[in-house]
Amino acid sequence: MAIFSVYAVNKSGGFIYQYDNYVHRAEAEKTFRYPLDCVLKIHDEKVVVSFGQRDGIRVGNALLSINGLDVNGKFTADGKEIIEYLKDSTNYPLSILFGRARLSSNEKLMPASMFHSLFAIGSQLSPEVGSTGIEMLETDMFKRHCFQTLTGIKLIVLTDPRQSGIDELLRKIYEIYSDFALKNPFYSLAMPISHRVQGLHQGSLVAPIHVAITLVPSPLMWMRASLEP
Amino acid sequence: MSRQSNRTTDSKKMNAELFTLTYGALVTQLCKDYENDEEVNKQLDKMGYNIGVRLIEDFLARSSVGRCQDFRETADVIAKVAFKMYLGITPSVTNWSPAGDEFSLILESNPLVDFVELPDNHSSLVYSNLLCGVLRGALEMVQMAVEVKFSQDTLRGDNVTEIRMKFIKRMEENLPAGDE
Repeated sequence: MAIFSVYAVNKSGGFIYQYDNYVHRAEAEKTFRYPLDCVLKIHDEKVVVSFGQRDGIRVGNALLSINGLDVNGKFTADGKEIIEYLKDSTNYPLSILFGRARLSSNEKLMPASMFHSLFAIGSQLSPEVGSTGIEMLETDMFKRHCFQTLTGIKLIVLTDPRQSGIDELLRKIYEIYSDFALKNPFYSLAMPISHRVQGLHQGSLVAPIHVAITLVPSPLMWMRASLEP
Repeated sequence: MSRQSNRTTDSKKMNAELFTLTYGALVTQLCKDYENDEEVNKQLDKMGYNIGVRLIEDFLARSSVGRCQDFRETADVIAKVAFKMYLGITPSVTNWSPAGDEFSLILESNPLVDFVELPDNHSSLVYSNLLCGVLRGALEMVQMAVEVKFSQDTLRGDNVTEIRMKFIKRMEENLPAGDE
């Protein structure tokens, strides 16, 4: 199953919903001795590797936990500053977990809204009249599919590049949205689905979306089938 | 498509009588609360509007209807697909104005008004005004401003129920997707 995440953006580019389905997160835990051979720096309130890639620890990976305790931004779980902590040789040997940093909800808001603007520019730049905007953005690591409904809601799905059957998935997610969000009279249209105050908790949508995602056939299934004698 | 038939069997079958009773209770309560037929009509229209803005998403998700290119196509979709899907009736589309911006929906039967009779003191009450609001709200969400009203009503003694729909304008402050 290679669906990474689902976003929903409203007509004016505001964020409605987000769901992550990371199947595996590239994480690497290693035991280190003093001195630390990775060069670390602070970026966006997180400690990230800026140089010294090795053994599964890549440049850009953030420091997620020290000795099993999750870090808190640039401070350890006990409140000490990480960079200072790592300079002290008495703290070694210790094991550090590096990995792709989890995005905060603000950080998730940004790409969603930015995509909305890109979508608008894309449809205006199109040489064909009546373009329906960006449907798919492909990179070597992922594919980003977008489905815009006639009412302006954009449903965005990030998947593995080999994944197929996304049109079905997008329609199914649209059905789920129209059921859960709209049939609930306390939900105001185009508002973010995240707080209980709105009457609709983000968790309520997780189960049906997860079911929809598991129904998408995995690209690995047919690849394995074709390899078997 | 097998997926769509799964969707329709998912929707629970509800007793039509319960629906009629619910709507009737709603209207009578509004009458008691407001005591003024015009006010009740307005409230029904507002409620219908709120239903319409949500119903359109459900309609678009369940049917795979694309964007209508002109008002005639809109009329056909409303009569043949939407009314069929939600009320189980198929009104006919008639009485087009010469400019093609007004038409009538003739409803032979109206599930909302089964067994309903309007008393004399409520002669200006438009009992099914909710439907007007629903149509107005739903079309507004797909960027079409319309005016909807009942021009004939079986409850007021006419033979058929006629809904008159007039196209006002296309709302342009909307999708950036070049759908114009």
